[in-house]
Amino acid sequence: MQEIDRSTIDSGRRHALRAGVGLGLFGILATLGLLPKSAWAGVDRKVFEAKSLNEAFKAMGGLAPADSNLINLDVPETAENGAMVPVIVECKFPRTEQIAILVDKNPTALVENWTIAEGTEGYISTRIKMAQTSTVIALVKADGKFYKAVKEVKVTAGGC
Amino acid sequence: MSIPTKMRASVTNGVTEVRALMQHEMETGRRKDESGNLVPAWYITDLKVQHNGRTVLEGQFGTSVSKNPFLVFRFKGGKAGDKLSLAWADNRGEKRSDEVIIG
Repeated sequence: MQEIDRSTIDSGRRHALRAGVGLGLFGILATLGLLPKSAWAGVDRKVFEAKSLNEAFKAMGGLAPADSNLINLDVPETAENGAMVPVIVECKFPRTEQIAILVDKNPTALVENWTIAEGTEGYISTRIKMAQTSTVIALVKADGKFYKAVKEVKVTAGGC
Repeated sequence: MSIPTKMRASVTNGVTEVRALMQHEMETGRRKDESGNLVPAWYITDLKVQHNGRTVLEGQFGTSVSKNPFLVFRFKGGKAGDKLSLAWADNRGEKRSDEVIIG
């Protein structure tokens, strides 16, 4: 588990460096939230096409979120039905701004992205599809910074 | 025609808990039907929940959200009798919005 986390963080850093060069002004502005948003705010739809966790983090502007014990990611250890895996994300930050749920080994990694309004709790309970055994990641933006919590779910019958 | 979202909202100690079950096939575009043909992707892409006209939660979905998407979340400031709406749009351009009164 520790090793997985470390490799994720390290490759995230490499992606961050590469993204900083490749994205140019557009990427930097988008990362800073300075570009006009679509009618319904959130991430660029292109992020939903990312095929892995690292690709998704890269598409979000080179994220390298730190692990945080202020995020409680509640998932089953084993899911018999990959078509319906319950996921609860509960955050204890003073102000949670965004919650995203990602599955590293799904055909596309980003499952849901939530924009949390002022006065709304950092809490989301949902159900997702998982193609195979994989890590599930709760990516959280709080007080302007990104954090994550990671857990593995064993899937006995995939649902993608 | 789309099917109404099943929704319930109740206040405890100033916090409103919203429970919603949207009615949608949520096809990933990777599933094959009985004759082996790919079923085209058909899924909710955007979702917005408003309390008395103020947005309290916005969401974007990819293809890996379960059929009939389930959601529970909580916000402060709701009162019994207030109006809550949940609107979604899917990748075919279909939209619907449903309302519930907070109990």
